Amino acid sequence: MDKLALRLDHPLRSFALRVELEVGRETLALVGPSGAGKSSVLRAIAGLLRPETGRIALGSEVWLDTESRISLPPERRSVGLVFQEYALFPHLTVEANVAFGGRARVEELLERFRIAALARARPAELSGGERQRVALARALARDPAVLLLDEPLSALDAHTKGTVRAELGELLRELRLPTVLVTHDFEDAAALAERIGVIVDGRILQLGCSAELLAAPASGFVASFTGANLLPGSARPGHEGLTLVVLDSGATAHSVAAGEGRVGLAVYPWEIALSREEPADSAVNHVRGAVTSLVSLGNRVRVRVGPLTAEVTTASAERLGLREGDLVVASFKATATRRARKQVRAPATRG
Amino acid sequence: MALGFLLLPVLAIFLRIPPGDLLDGMRSEAAIDAVIVTAKTSAVANLLILVIGTPAAYLIAMRRFAGRALVITLIELPLVLPPAVAGIGLLAAFGRFGLLGDQLSALGLSIPFTQIAVVLAVTFVASPFYLRAAIAAFEAIDPNLPAAARTLGASPARTFLRIALPLAGGGLGAGWALSFARGIGEFGATIMFAGSLQGVTQTLSLAIYEQFDVAFDLALAIGAELVVVSAAILLAVKLVPAWTSSPSDSTTLFAPSRSA
Repeated sequence: MDKLALRLDHPLRSFALRVELEVGRETLALVGPSGAGKSSVLRAIAGLLRPETGRIALGSEVWLDTESRISLPPERRSVGLVFQEYALFPHLTVEANVAFGGRARVEELLERFRIAALARARPAELSGGERQRVALARALARDPAVLLLDEPLSALDAHTKGTVRAELGELLRELRLPTVLVTHDFEDAAALAERIGVIVDGRILQLGCSAELLAAPASGFVASFTGANLLPGSARPGHEGLTLVVLDSGATAHSVAAGEGRVGLAVYPWEIALSREEPADSAVNHVRGAVTSLVSLGNRVRVRVGPLTAEVTTASAERLGLREGDLVVASFKATATRRARKQVRAPATRG
Repeated sequence: MALGFLLLPVLAIFLRIPPGDLLDGMRSEAAIDAVIVTAKTSAVANLLILVIGTPAAYLIAMRRFAGRALVITLIELPLVLPPAVAGIGLLAAFGRFGLLGDQLSALGLSIPFTQIAVVLAVTFVASPFYLRAAIAAFEAIDPNLPAAARTLGASPARTFLRIALPLAGGGLGAGWALSFARGIGEFGATIMFAGSLQGVTQTLSLAIYEQFDVAFDLALAIGAELVVVSAAILLAVKLVPAWTSSPSDSTTLFAPSRSA
């Protein structure tokens, strides 16, 4: 199986898209906020956007080389692109939509994606999940060598998203095609992709597997994007070899991460424990504050305490009898803190 | 009152003389000649408008190029141009002493007062109606749909035929009906550029004018024919959007999804 290699340099409205990637038989997710240039990367690979300079090749087959003025039209690049809103042809039936890409495997694909019963239906009659399956079947009907997925889950409601995500993950593992997936949701990326590239303002800030991104976020942005609490403060050496960080909020925290001067401490919500009283365990960091919001996520509850977001099990939230306005103590170990490597800007918002 | 005012002249055409006389008028030589001239010239003009206008409108709608707004404005110019100006303009361009007169006579062509002149006049005044509607209809298509077709292996031509054309169908039909109606009623530019020679350049509209002070009943009969054609066009325009839906968006314009 050939590798997809691309190098792009293309001016967008307020920044330049500058990306270099190699994708083997794996799923690579590009995550980042809206307008970061994620979709432009996919459109460039598919041939729908012609970058100012760059080179795109699948193995030895050159799709684009601006230096030697090669640019294959989309129909001559072996890609399957699933558009964000799926872009199903509204005037064609499900079967005709799938057959548009290639007739040979239509029946097999209709069966594979459980849409055979809907073969005569028009896209307008389908649910969000069904549309997504039609879009995938259509993209695969051409037997593409590269699969491109643009926000494949964002058009779905929260209820269907979980199931569809699991199915999609299974499909990607089965296909083993070089796949580039674009999403603004780190959780989706972590669930579906082997490697994740965090892209902001046209540049990839960090590329690695989700564990690497969580353990050593390259910047405050990456940290907050992965869902971490980002606590800016000033660091100096403390006792017992730990680093003492005086947070901008006034509280102090200990960290196993070394550092001095301005730092950003990243703490993941699931590393934070909540209690009514300050616990006397090895968790050395305590932040006392009022509960400002409680959001139920099935078997977990996301609790906002002062500057922190904590995630606890529904059982423990019930045991504590948490309500908005309650004063609680949020605790996290020094070993649970990571230091974002680059200078911390104001904590960026997620999404 | 207003409705009566608008309807009375139309009804009067049918009520002014007995139906028998009306039918006799329709069977007269002058009326039949006019029907034949109109049918021939209209058919050629509309064929030109559809065959050249549709791809041109598609390209204008899909591409972004310098001077695009100017091109669209120039296309719309004949819409607001008085027919007499169109007639004198066509003469100035294609007449024997017009801009292209020498080249045309070198080819042995003399256009004024021929059926070619009728076709040119009709095409000139009617095509902007179609082009404008066609550009709008193609622009309303979600740009991701042709893009998706291309990534699925379709050439630009196949994308046009299988995706853009059916999706724009309703708008194209409505635009064409308006353009056809404008063309069939064309009078001013035709009479100046093509004259009103029975059996050659005398269309239905021109025949009414020719007959109304010599044979008023005959003029009424021809008028009745045009009323029937016009009413049929209006009905078609009203019905077209009902049978060809051309929604441009694959999700939002549609009814709520089943699971919702």
